[in-house]
Amino acid sequence: MTNGVAAAPIDASFVVVGASLAGVRAAEALRRHGATGSITLIGSEPHRPYDRPPLSKAYLVGNVGVDRLSLSRHENELADQEIELRTGVAAIGLHLRDRMLITSTGPVPFDRLVIATGTSVRRLPHAEGAPVFVLRTLEDSTALQARLTEGARIVVIGAGFIGSEVAAAAKAKGGNVTVVEALPIPLERQLGADMGRACSLLHERNGVTLLTGVGVASIEPHGVELADGTTLPAETVVVGVGVSPNTEWLSGSGLSLGDGVQCDAACRVIDDQGQSVPHVVACGDVARWPNELFDEQMRVEHWTNAVEMADHAARTLLGDAQPFRPVPYFWSDQYGTKIQFLGRATGFDEVLVVDGDPSSGAGVALYRRGDRLVGALGLNRIKAVMGYRSLLDNAASWAAALEKAGI
Amino acid sequence: MKITVDFDRCQSNALCMSAAPEIFEVRDDGFLYILVEEPGEEHRAKVDEAVMLCPTQAISVSA
Repeated sequence: MTNGVAAAPIDASFVVVGASLAGVRAAEALRRHGATGSITLIGSEPHRPYDRPPLSKAYLVGNVGVDRLSLSRHENELADQEIELRTGVAAIGLHLRDRMLITSTGPVPFDRLVIATGTSVRRLPHAEGAPVFVLRTLEDSTALQARLTEGARIVVIGAGFIGSEVAAAAKAKGGNVTVVEALPIPLERQLGADMGRACSLLHERNGVTLLTGVGVASIEPHGVELADGTTLPAETVVVGVGVSPNTEWLSGSGLSLGDGVQCDAACRVIDDQGQSVPHVVACGDVARWPNELFDEQMRVEHWTNAVEMADHAARTLLGDAQPFRPVPYFWSDQYGTKIQFLGRATGFDEVLVVDGDPSSGAGVALYRRGDRLVGALGLNRIKAVMGYRSLLDNAASWAAALEKAGI
Repeated sequence: MKITVDFDRCQSNALCMSAAPEIFEVRDDGFLYILVEEPGEEHRAKVDEAVMLCPTQAISVSA
């Protein structure tokens, strides 16, 4: 990803909309890769940019303070790069032809635009007075942190990665925790059935009750009513049922929207005529693009993708448009276990455990699509998983992967 | 260049290892080891990528 030097520095005015990880990193990458004009970074939250993974991990359990959440190494880091940060300003519209961003505080003209507006947490209907919490923002995590106490009865709705991390944090604080998942097998979409089940065993092994294949009928002030008639009394109910890309503000803008902002292979947005827009790119959770390495349209909601795509989109905007073809990566920390996944777990033909036993909390599984390696999952196997990165980068064969695994 | 890691911040996510395995290694004990503390300039691009990818901003590089 360090190949190809950006074109000559461009004295244009750059606007980056979205001041979380992808937006901050895109603004910094624009400057680093040669932009000489103004760079304005616009974010809807009132805070200076902060990092989200600790919100469901170390910050939630109180192991790190808010000072550790900053996306800057020091307070003046953005200013030192001549990046103007505007917080508390929401994007509400885009006039593509006039190159004008419409915000809650007025119009902002641009020559070139980065769209990095991320996602919003999904909510569930609930009765008035129900103790419902979600986890996306700093305020969400701070509010939830106060509820994670010894003996507290906590129900987590949704056994995805965020829900599972919240359950682990609540348990670590001495809570009485139940996780409810509507699907029969948690994480099946992310990891496939066998490995989804393997990861979900962490809950029971650590004293958290996991109920699967059961829907929520209602969320009441006294707790959660399940579709099968069960009542789960709770002082705190956490809804962890995923996020949705923030694209409402772009409706009517002439951009192609579906599940996110549709981009071409180089992260340029596509208009509703199917044409790439050369002066607008998107990156991070909100961006959908064809990843040529996996021959697949993707929208990835993980930390590493936001960083890599921001850098790539910035280069594209500066004239060095290359296909963005990363190996996606994510990690999750639950109950002292580090879960890592490199690659893709969609459309696979086989999952093979090549080391240890993920069902017992430690091991590696490889994913095959056709005759190639497409993914590697590890539970507490950090080094082994990273050993497959270069094979995945090079679309290596399944035979090569088995050889690497010593099989 | 000289590489410094703030081990108080490091959470062994091994992104550095994925970028520059000849410099960084997270072993089975769960800890990061710096294999080469003062690598030559030929490693600059990979080390820069490791710094960029570190989720906890734990890696610093000085001249």
